Amino acid sequence: MDVAIVGASMTEFGDREGEWIRDLLAEAAAGCLDDADVEPSDLDHLYVSNMASGEFEGQTGVMNALAHDIGALGAYTQRVDQTSASGGAGLYAAWQSVASGASDLTMLAGGEKMTHRSTSEATDVIASLTHPHEYKHGVTLPSFAGMTARHYLEKYDAPRESLAEVAVKNHENGVDNPHAQFRKEIDVETAMESPMVADPLRLYDFCPITDGSSALLLCPADEAERYADDYAVVSGIAGATDTHVVHERADPTTMGAVVESGETAYEMADVGPEDIDVAELHDMFTILEFLQSEGLGFFPEGEGWKAVREGTTKRDGDLPINTSGGLKSKGHPLGASGVAQVYELYKQLTDDAGARQVEADTALACNVGGFGNCVTTTILERP
Amino acid sequence: MTLEATKYDDGTVTCPGHPYSHNGAEPVGTIDLSDREAEVVTWTTSSATPPGVRQPNHIAIVEFDVDGERVRVLGQLTTGDVETGDTVKPVYAEELREPGAGIREPESQAWDGYRFEPV
Repeated sequence: MDVAIVGASMTEFGDREGEWIRDLLAEAAAGCLDDADVEPSDLDHLYVSNMASGEFEGQTGVMNALAHDIGALGAYTQRVDQTSASGGAGLYAAWQSVASGASDLTMLAGGEKMTHRSTSEATDVIASLTHPHEYKHGVTLPSFAGMTARHYLEKYDAPRESLAEVAVKNHENGVDNPHAQFRKEIDVETAMESPMVADPLRLYDFCPITDGSSALLLCPADEAERYADDYAVVSGIAGATDTHVVHERADPTTMGAVVESGETAYEMADVGPEDIDVAELHDMFTILEFLQSEGLGFFPEGEGWKAVREGTTKRDGDLPINTSGGLKSKGHPLGASGVAQVYELYKQLTDDAGARQVEADTALACNVGGFGNCVTTTILERP
Repeated sequence: MTLEATKYDDGTVTCPGHPYSHNGAEPVGTIDLSDREAEVVTWTTSSATPPGVRQPNHIAIVEFDVDGERVRVLGQLTTGDVETGDTVKPVYAEELREPGAGIREPESQAWDGYRFEPV
Protein backbone atom coordinates (compact mmCIF):
# COMPACT_ATOMS: atom_id res chain seq x y z
CA MET A 1 0.00 0.00 0.00
CA ASP A 2 1.37 3.42 -0.93
CA VAL A 3 1.71 5.83 1.98
CA ALA A 4 1.25 9.61 1.90
CA ILE A 5 2.31 12.41 4.22
CA VAL A 6 -0.67 14.73 4.62
CA GLY A 7 0.38 16.98 7.48
CA ALA A 8 3.56 18.32 9.05
CA SER A 9 4.76 20.72 11.70
CA MET A 10 7.83 21.72 13.63
CA THR A 11 8.49 23.87 16.63
CA GLU A 12 11.08 26.58 16.72
CA PHE A 13 14.45 24.88 17.20
CA GLY A 14 16.95 26.31 19.68
CA ASP A 15 17.18 27.02 23.41
CA ARG A 16 13.63 26.50 24.63
CA GLU A 17 14.26 27.41 28.24
CA GLY A 18 11.56 26.28 30.63
CA GLU A 19 10.01 23.90 28.12
CA TRP A 20 10.61 20.17 28.45
CA ILE A 21 10.26 17.13 26.26
CA ARG A 22 6.51 16.76 26.90
CA ASP A 23 5.89 20.42 26.05
CA LEU A 24 7.89 20.26 22.83
CA LEU A 25 6.31 17.03 21.59
CA ALA A 26 2.82 18.29 22.37
CA GLU A 27 3.46 21.58 20.56
CA ALA A 28 4.59 19.82 17.38
CA ALA A 29 1.83 17.20 17.57
CA ALA A 30 -0.89 19.82 17.99
CA GLY A 31 0.53 21.78 15.06
CA CYS A 32 0.48 18.68 12.89
CA LEU A 33 -3.14 17.86 13.78
CA ASP A 34 -4.09 21.44 12.93
CA ASP A 35 -2.18 21.28 9.65
CA ALA A 36 -4.35 18.38 8.42
CA ASP A 37 -7.44 19.44 10.36
CA VAL A 38 -7.85 16.10 12.12
CA GLU A 39 -8.80 15.21 15.67
CA PRO A 40 -6.43 13.37 18.01
CA SER A 41 -9.06 10.67 18.43
CA ASP A 42 -8.68 9.95 14.69
CA LEU A 43 -5.15 8.59 15.23
CA ASP A 44 -4.75 4.81 15.11
CA HIS A 45 -0.99 4.81 15.79
CA LEU A 46 1.28 7.38 17.45
CA TYR A 47 5.08 7.04 17.31
CA VAL A 48 7.58 9.16 19.21
CA SER A 49 11.18 9.42 18.00
CA ASN A 50 13.44 10.23 20.91
CA MET A 51 16.97 9.22 21.81
CA ALA A 52 17.48 9.99 25.44
CA SER A 53 14.74 11.81 27.36
CA GLY A 54 15.46 9.54 30.32
CA GLU A 55 19.16 10.43 30.33
CA PHE A 56 18.69 14.13 29.57
CA GLU A 57 15.65 14.89 31.68
CA GLY A 58 14.64 11.86 33.72
CA GLN A 59 11.41 11.54 31.76
CA THR A 60 10.68 8.17 30.20
CA GLY A 61 7.44 6.87 28.69
CA VAL A 62 7.21 9.88 26.39
CA MET A 63 4.93 8.13 23.88
CA ASN A 64 2.36 7.50 26.59
CA ALA A 65 2.75 11.06 27.85
CA LEU A 66 2.16 12.52 24.39
CA ALA A 67 -0.92 10.38 23.74
CA HIS A 68 -2.38 11.61 27.03
CA ASP A 69 -1.37 15.24 26.55
CA ILE A 70 -2.97 15.56 23.10
CA GLY A 71 -6.00 13.37 23.81
CA ALA A 72 -5.05 10.42 21.62
CA LEU A 73 -5.89 7.79 24.23
CA GLY A 74 -6.66 4.46 22.67
CA ALA A 75 -4.07 4.82 19.90
CA TYR A 76 -1.22 2.30 19.74
CA THR A 77 1.91 4.12 20.90
CA GLN A 78 5.60 3.32 20.63
CA ARG A 79 8.84 5.18 21.31
CA VAL A 80 11.54 4.70 18.69
CA ASP A 81 15.21 5.16 19.63
CA GLN A 82 17.93 4.81 17.04
CA THR A 83 20.18 7.53 18.52
CA SER A 84 20.48 10.47 16.08
CA ALA A 85 18.60 8.43 13.48
CA SER A 86 15.56 8.03 15.72
CA GLY A 87 13.53 10.31 13.45
CA GLY A 88 14.23 8.27 10.34
CA ALA A 89 13.61 5.03 12.21
CA GLY A 90 10.37 6.50 13.56
CA LEU A 91 9.29 7.34 10.02
CA TYR A 92 10.09 3.77 9.00
CA ALA A 93 7.86 2.48 11.83
CA ALA A 94 5.09 4.97 10.98
CA TRP A 95 5.30 4.06 7.29
CA GLN A 96 5.13 0.35 8.15
CA SER A 97 2.05 0.90 10.28
CA VAL A 98 0.13 2.37 7.33
CA ALA A 99 1.69 0.25 4.57
CA SER A 100 0.80 -2.93 6.46
CA GLY A 101 -2.81 -1.87 6.86
CA ALA A 102 -2.53 -1.82 10.66
CA SER A 103 -3.27 1.91 10.83
CA ASP A 104 -5.35 4.26 8.70
CA LEU A 105 -3.91 7.39 10.29
CA THR A 106 -0.53 7.54 12.02
CA MET A 107 1.31 10.42 13.64
CA LEU A 108 5.05 10.53 14.14
CA ALA A 109 6.44 13.12 16.54
CA GLY A 110 10.19 13.42 17.12
CA GLY A 111 11.71 15.51 19.86
CA GLU A 112 14.61 16.09 22.23
CA LYS A 113 15.31 18.47 25.13
CA MET A 114 19.06 19.03 25.48
CA THR A 115 20.09 22.62 26.21
CA HIS A 116 19.64 22.44 29.99
CA ARG A 117 22.70 20.19 30.01
CA SER A 118 26.24 21.51 29.61
CA THR A 119 28.02 20.79 26.33
CA SER A 120 30.23 18.32 28.18
CA GLU A 121 27.26 16.45 29.67
CA ALA A 122 25.30 16.41 26.41
CA THR A 123 28.37 15.16 24.54
CA ASP A 124 28.69 12.33 27.07
CA VAL A 125 25.04 11.31 26.76
CA ILE A 126 25.51 11.06 22.99
CA ALA A 127 28.88 9.29 23.34
CA SER A 128 27.23 6.67 25.54
CA LEU A 129 26.21 4.95 22.29
CA THR A 130 29.84 3.89 21.78
CA HIS A 131 31.38 0.49 22.53
CA PRO A 132 33.10 0.19 25.96
CA HIS A 133 36.48 -0.03 24.21
CA GLU A 134 35.80 3.33 22.56
CA TYR A 135 34.09 4.97 25.53
CA LYS A 136 36.97 4.42 27.96
CA HIS A 137 39.30 6.31 25.62
CA GLY A 138 36.99 9.33 25.85
CA VAL A 139 35.99 9.19 22.22
CA THR A 140 33.11 11.45 21.23
CA LEU A 141 31.11 11.81 18.02
CA PRO A 142 33.01 15.06 17.26
CA SER A 143 36.32 13.21 17.64
CA PHE A 144 35.19 10.53 15.17
CA ALA A 145 34.37 13.41 12.83
CA GLY A 146 37.81 14.97 13.33
CA MET A 147 39.59 11.70 12.54
CA THR A 148 37.42 11.04 9.50
CA ALA A 149 37.78 14.58 8.18
CA ARG A 150 41.57 14.35 8.42
CA HIS A 151 41.54 11.02 6.57
CA TYR A 152 39.22 12.43 3.85
CA LEU A 153 41.25 15.59 3.31
CA GLU A 154 44.51 13.62 3.10
CA LYS A 155 43.12 10.79 0.96
CA TYR A 156 41.46 13.02 -1.63
CA ASP A 157 43.74 16.06 -1.38
CA ALA A 158 40.68 18.17 -0.61
CA PRO A 159 41.15 21.72 0.68
CA ARG A 160 40.19 22.41 4.30
CA GLU A 161 38.13 25.36 3.08
CA SER A 162 35.68 23.01 1.36
CA LEU A 163 34.39 21.91 4.77
CA ALA A 164 33.96 25.53 5.82
CA GLU A 165 31.99 26.12 2.62
CA VAL A 166 29.44 23.49 3.73
CA ALA A 167 28.89 25.48 6.91
CA VAL A 168 28.64 28.75 4.96
CA LYS A 169 26.09 27.26 2.54
CA ASN A 170 23.90 25.77 5.24
CA HIS A 171 23.96 28.92 7.36
CA GLU A 172 22.93 30.88 4.28
CA ASN A 173 19.97 28.51 3.81
CA GLY A 174 19.04 28.71 7.48
CA VAL A 175 18.52 32.47 7.29
CA ASP A 176 15.24 31.84 5.47
CA ASN A 177 14.03 29.13 7.87
CA PRO A 178 11.89 30.70 10.61
CA HIS A 179 12.31 27.55 12.75
CA ALA A 180 16.12 27.47 12.57
CA GLN A 181 18.31 27.87 15.65
CA PHE A 182 20.82 30.06 13.80
CA ARG A 183 19.55 32.52 11.23
CA LYS A 184 22.74 34.33 10.37
CA GLU A 185 25.18 34.07 7.53
CA ILE A 186 28.84 33.32 8.15
CA ASP A 187 31.84 33.51 5.84
CA VAL A 188 34.63 31.04 5.18
CA GLU A 189 37.14 33.14 7.10
CA THR A 190 34.95 33.11 10.23
CA ALA A 191 34.53 29.35 10.01
CA MET A 192 38.24 28.79 9.41
CA GLU A 193 39.24 30.94 12.37
CA SER A 194 36.68 29.58 14.85
CA PRO A 195 38.00 27.61 17.86
CA MET A 196 39.43 24.17 17.20
CA VAL A 197 37.17 21.40 18.55
CA ALA A 198 38.48 18.17 17.04
CA ASP A 199 41.47 18.91 14.84
CA PRO A 200 41.10 19.67 11.90
CA LEU A 201 37.43 20.51 12.59
CA ARG A 202 36.49 23.80 14.20
CA LEU A 203 33.42 25.13 15.96
CA TYR A 204 31.56 25.99 12.76
CA ASP A 205 31.99 22.44 11.47
CA PHE A 206 29.58 21.22 14.18
CA CYS A 207 25.85 21.44 14.72
CA PRO A 208 24.64 23.03 17.97
CA ILE A 209 22.90 21.45 20.95
CA THR A 210 19.20 22.02 20.45
CA ASP A 211 15.70 21.68 21.87
CA GLY A 212 12.86 21.06 19.46
CA SER A 213 10.26 18.81 17.97
CA SER A 214 8.72 18.01 14.60
CA ALA A 215 5.73 15.89 13.56
CA LEU A 216 4.28 14.21 10.46
CA LEU A 217 0.89 12.69 9.68
CA LEU A 218 0.68 9.60 7.45
CA CYS A 219 -2.21 7.78 5.79
CA PRO A 220 -2.83 5.49 2.80
CA ALA A 221 -2.10 7.41 -0.41
CA ASP A 222 -5.55 6.67 -1.79
CA GLU A 223 -7.03 8.42 1.26
CA ALA A 224 -4.72 11.44 1.16
CA GLU A 225 -7.13 13.84 -0.49
CA ARG A 226 -9.48 13.46 2.48
CA TYR A 227 -6.91 15.36 4.53
CA ALA A 228 -4.98 17.62 2.17
CA ASP A 229 -5.08 19.12 -1.30
CA ASP A 230 -1.32 18.87 -1.55
CA TYR A 231 0.64 15.98 -0.12
CA ALA A 232 3.76 13.88 -0.67
CA VAL A 233 4.11 10.14 -1.25
CA VAL A 234 6.74 8.01 0.47
CA SER A 235 8.01 6.16 -2.60
CA GLY A 236 11.11 4.63 -0.99
CA ILE A 237 12.30 4.03 2.55
CA ALA A 238 15.02 1.76 3.91
CA GLY A 239 17.26 1.41 6.92
CA ALA A 240 20.66 -0.24 7.32
CA THR A 241 23.23 -0.82 10.05
CA ASP A 242 27.02 -0.59 10.08
CA THR A 243 29.52 -1.69 12.75
CA HIS A 244 29.06 -0.60 16.36
CA VAL A 245 32.84 -0.24 16.68
CA VAL A 246 33.61 2.51 14.18
CA HIS A 247 37.31 1.71 13.64
CA GLU A 248 36.46 -1.81 12.42
CA ARG A 249 35.23 -0.37 9.12
CA ALA A 250 37.50 -0.95 6.13
CA ASP A 251 37.47 2.71 5.12
CA PRO A 252 36.63 5.52 7.57
CA THR A 253 35.35 7.67 4.70
CA THR A 254 32.76 5.15 3.50
CA MET A 255 29.51 4.91 5.46
CA GLY A 256 28.27 1.45 4.56
CA ALA A 257 24.81 1.96 6.04
CA VAL A 258 24.33 5.11 3.95
CA VAL A 259 25.23 3.18 0.81
CA GLU A 260 23.06 0.18 1.72
CA SER A 261 19.98 2.15 2.80
CA GLY A 262 20.28 4.44 -0.22
CA GLU A 263 20.49 1.59 -2.71
CA THR A 264 17.47 -0.13 -1.16
CA ALA A 265 15.41 3.07 -1.08
CA TYR A 266 16.29 3.86 -4.71
CA GLU A 267 15.26 0.35 -5.74
CA MET A 268 11.96 0.60 -3.88
CA ALA A 269 11.17 3.99 -5.45
CA ASP A 270 12.49 2.88 -8.84
CA VAL A 271 14.63 6.00 -9.12
CA GLY A 272 18.36 6.70 -9.03
CA PRO A 273 20.53 9.46 -7.61
CA GLU A 274 20.21 11.34 -10.90
CA ASP A 275 16.46 11.68 -10.26
CA ILE A 276 16.79 13.45 -6.90
CA ASP A 277 15.95 17.16 -7.11
CA VAL A 278 16.60 18.18 -3.50
CA ALA A 279 18.08 16.43 -0.46
CA GLU A 280 18.31 16.84 3.27
CA LEU A 281 21.49 15.19 4.55
CA HIS A 282 22.55 14.65 8.16
CA ASP A 283 25.22 17.37 8.50
CA MET A 284 25.81 16.91 12.22
CA PHE A 285 29.40 17.61 11.14
CA THR A 286 30.35 19.26 7.83
CA ILE A 287 32.33 16.21 6.72
CA LEU A 288 29.15 14.10 6.87
CA GLU A 289 27.63 16.06 3.98
CA PHE A 290 30.49 14.90 1.73
CA LEU A 291 30.34 11.28 2.92
CA GLN A 292 26.57 11.02 2.44
CA SER A 293 26.48 12.81 -0.92
CA GLU A 294 29.07 10.33 -2.19
CA GLY A 295 27.55 7.28 -0.49
CA LEU A 296 24.16 8.08 -2.00
CA GLY A 297 25.71 8.34 -5.47
CA PHE A 298 25.18 12.06 -6.02
CA PHE A 299 28.90 12.52 -6.68
CA PRO A 300 31.83 10.15 -7.32
CA GLU A 301 33.82 8.93 -4.32
CA GLY A 302 36.20 11.63 -3.13
CA GLU A 303 34.50 14.40 -5.12
CA GLY A 304 31.72 15.55 -2.81
CA TRP A 305 33.93 18.45 -1.76
CA LYS A 306 34.09 19.71 -5.34
CA ALA A 307 30.30 20.01 -5.51
CA VAL A 308 30.12 22.52 -2.68
CA ARG A 309 33.02 24.52 -4.14
CA GLU A 310 31.31 24.65 -7.55
CA GLY A 311 27.95 25.68 -6.07
CA THR A 312 26.16 22.51 -7.19
CA THR A 313 24.63 21.96 -3.75
CA LYS A 314 23.55 25.56 -3.14
CA ARG A 315 19.86 26.41 -3.17
CA ASP A 316 20.12 27.61 -6.78
CA GLY A 317 22.45 24.78 -7.81
CA ASP A 318 21.69 21.60 -9.75
CA LEU A 319 21.18 19.57 -6.55
CA PRO A 320 20.27 21.73 -3.55
CA ILE A 321 21.34 20.05 -0.30
CA ASN A 322 19.98 21.12 3.07
CA THR A 323 17.68 23.92 1.98
CA SER A 324 16.41 23.94 5.58
CA GLY A 325 19.84 25.01 6.81
CA GLY A 326 20.60 21.43 7.79
CA LEU A 327 21.41 20.30 11.28
CA LYS A 328 24.27 22.78 11.11
CA SER A 329 22.10 25.88 11.09
CA LYS A 330 18.61 24.64 11.89
CA GLY A 331 19.84 22.71 14.95
CA HIS A 332 19.92 19.06 15.97
CA PRO A 333 17.43 17.98 18.64
CA LEU A 334 18.43 14.34 18.25
CA GLY A 335 15.07 12.55 18.00
CA ALA A 336 13.50 15.37 15.99
CA SER A 337 16.12 15.80 13.28
CA GLY A 338 15.09 12.95 10.99
CA VAL A 339 11.48 14.08 11.22
CA ALA A 340 12.40 17.70 10.54
CA GLN A 341 14.38 16.66 7.45
CA VAL A 342 11.17 15.17 6.02
CA TYR A 343 9.18 18.22 7.16
CA GLU A 344 11.43 20.35 4.94
CA LEU A 345 11.04 18.02 1.95
CA TYR A 346 7.26 17.86 2.45
CA LYS A 347 7.20 21.67 2.34
CA GLN A 348 9.32 21.63 -0.84
CA LEU A 349 7.09 19.07 -2.59
CA THR A 350 3.88 20.89 -1.63
CA ASP A 351 5.25 24.27 -2.78
CA ASP A 352 5.08 25.65 0.74
CA ALA A 353 8.75 26.32 1.48
CA GLY A 354 8.55 30.08 1.07
CA ALA A 355 11.88 31.74 0.39
CA ARG A 356 13.56 28.33 0.52
CA GLN A 357 11.44 26.91 -2.31
CA VAL A 358 13.22 25.04 -5.08
CA GLU A 359 11.88 23.18 -8.12
CA ALA A 360 11.51 19.57 -7.02
CA ASP A 361 9.42 16.52 -7.81
CA THR A 362 11.59 13.92 -6.07
CA ALA A 363 13.35 14.43 -2.76
CA LEU A 364 15.63 12.41 -0.48
CA ALA A 365 16.36 12.51 3.26
CA CYS A 366 19.26 10.67 4.88
CA ASN A 367 19.17 10.42 8.67
CA VAL A 368 22.33 9.11 10.35
CA GLY A 369 22.67 7.67 13.84
CA GLY A 370 25.94 7.36 15.73
CA PHE A 371 28.81 7.86 13.29
CA GLY A 372 27.00 6.12 10.44
CA ASN A 373 26.05 3.23 12.72
CA CYS A 374 22.35 3.23 11.81
CA VAL A 375 20.89 5.04 8.81
CA THR A 376 17.46 5.53 7.27
CA THR A 377 17.07 6.90 3.75
CA THR A 378 13.67 8.13 2.60
CA ILE A 379 12.53 9.18 -0.88
CA LEU A 380 9.45 11.37 -1.30
CA GLU A 381 7.66 12.27 -4.50
CA ARG A 382 4.81 14.46 -5.61
CA PRO A 383 1.68 12.36 -6.20
CA MET B 1 46.88 -6.78 30.88
CA THR B 2 47.16 -7.41 27.19
CA LEU B 3 45.90 -5.60 24.11
CA GLU B 4 43.96 -8.56 22.87
CA ALA B 5 42.58 -9.08 19.38
CA THR B 6 40.21 -11.91 18.53
CA LYS B 7 40.66 -14.22 15.56
CA TYR B 8 37.59 -15.86 14.02
CA ASP B 9 36.93 -19.02 12.10
CA ASP B 10 36.65 -17.04 8.84
CA GLY B 11 40.22 -15.70 9.23
CA THR B 12 39.21 -12.18 10.22
CA VAL B 13 40.61 -10.43 13.30
CA THR B 14 39.06 -7.63 15.37
CA CYS B 15 40.04 -5.63 18.42
CA PRO B 16 37.93 -5.57 20.53
CA GLY B 17 36.57 -9.05 20.07
CA HIS B 18 32.92 -9.96 19.63
CA PRO B 19 30.88 -13.16 20.09
CA TYR B 20 30.89 -13.49 16.28
CA SER B 21 32.82 -11.93 13.39
CA HIS B 22 31.26 -9.49 10.92
CA ASN B 23 30.47 -12.56 8.81
CA GLY B 24 28.99 -14.55 11.70
CA ALA B 25 32.03 -16.79 12.27
CA GLU B 26 32.91 -17.97 15.79
CA PRO B 27 36.12 -16.96 17.61
CA VAL B 28 38.99 -19.42 17.43
CA GLY B 29 41.63 -17.63 19.52
CA THR B 30 43.21 -14.40 20.66
CA ILE B 31 46.32 -12.49 19.64
CA ASP B 32 48.30 -10.20 21.93
CA LEU B 33 49.03 -6.91 20.18
CA SER B 34 50.68 -5.20 23.15
CA ASP B 35 54.26 -5.93 22.02
CA ARG B 36 53.69 -5.05 18.34
CA GLU B 37 54.01 -1.80 16.45
CA ALA B 38 51.23 -0.15 14.45
CA GLU B 39 50.80 2.68 11.94
CA VAL B 40 48.65 5.78 12.49
CA VAL B 41 45.73 5.76 10.02
CA THR B 42 44.25 9.03 11.27
CA TRP B 43 44.10 11.06 14.45
CA THR B 44 42.59 14.07 16.16
CA THR B 45 43.03 16.22 19.21
CA SER B 46 39.71 16.73 20.91
CA SER B 47 39.48 19.89 22.98
CA ALA B 48 35.82 19.47 24.03
CA THR B 49 35.93 16.36 26.17
CA PRO B 50 33.24 14.70 28.30
CA PRO B 51 33.35 14.42 32.10
CA GLY B 52 36.33 12.42 33.40
CA VAL B 53 38.32 12.65 30.16
CA ARG B 54 41.69 14.42 29.95
CA GLN B 55 41.71 17.69 28.05
CA PRO B 56 42.94 17.88 25.37
CA ASN B 57 42.45 14.26 24.36
CA HIS B 58 44.69 12.99 21.56
CA ILE B 59 43.07 9.98 19.86
CA ALA B 60 44.05 7.87 16.86
CA ILE B 61 42.97 4.93 14.78
CA VAL B 62 46.05 2.78 14.25
CA GLU B 63 46.57 -0.32 12.12
CA PHE B 64 48.44 -3.52 13.06
CA ASP B 65 49.60 -6.06 10.51
CA VAL B 66 48.71 -9.46 11.97
CA ASP B 67 50.03 -12.13 9.59
CA GLY B 68 48.80 -10.13 6.60
CA GLU B 69 45.44 -9.28 8.19
CA ARG B 70 45.04 -5.55 8.84
CA VAL B 71 43.64 -4.94 12.32
CA ARG B 72 42.60 -1.44 13.32
CA VAL B 73 42.41 -0.24 16.90
CA LEU B 74 41.26 3.06 18.40
CA GLY B 75 43.11 4.51 21.35
CA GLN B 76 44.45 7.56 23.07
CA LEU B 77 47.86 8.90 22.01
CA THR B 78 50.55 9.81 24.52
CA THR B 79 51.17 13.04 22.57
CA GLY B 80 49.54 15.24 19.96
CA ASP B 81 52.84 15.44 18.10
CA VAL B 82 52.03 12.78 15.48
CA GLU B 83 51.36 12.52 11.77
CA THR B 84 49.41 10.07 9.67
CA GLY B 85 51.70 7.14 8.82
CA ASP B 86 53.80 7.40 11.99
CA THR B 87 54.77 4.17 13.73
CA VAL B 88 53.48 3.80 17.29
CA LYS B 89 53.65 1.23 20.06
CA PRO B 90 51.13 0.42 22.82
CA VAL B 91 51.84 1.76 26.33
CA TYR B 92 49.74 0.52 29.25
CA ALA B 93 47.70 3.02 31.32
CA GLU B 94 45.90 2.02 34.54
CA GLU B 95 43.09 4.49 34.01
CA LEU B 96 42.25 6.02 30.63
CA ARG B 97 39.23 7.90 31.95
CA GLU B 98 37.84 8.53 35.42
CA PRO B 99 35.22 5.85 36.16
CA GLY B 100 31.91 7.26 37.32
CA ALA B 101 32.51 10.81 36.12
CA GLY B 102 30.48 10.21 32.96
CA ILE B 103 27.12 8.59 32.34
CA ARG B 104 28.43 5.01 31.98
CA GLU B 105 28.01 2.72 35.01
CA PRO B 106 31.55 2.30 36.44
CA GLU B 107 31.16 -1.43 37.10
CA SER B 108 29.94 -2.14 33.57
CA GLN B 109 33.32 -2.05 31.88
CA ALA B 110 37.11 -1.84 32.31
CA TRP B 111 38.81 1.56 32.40
CA ASP B 112 42.45 0.59 31.90
CA GLY B 113 44.02 -0.04 28.51
CA TYR B 114 46.68 1.04 26.06
CA ARG B 115 47.67 4.40 24.69
CA PHE B 116 49.81 4.65 21.58
CA GLU B 117 53.24 6.26 21.70
CA PRO B 118 55.27 7.30 18.64
CA VAL B 119 58.36 5.13 18.14
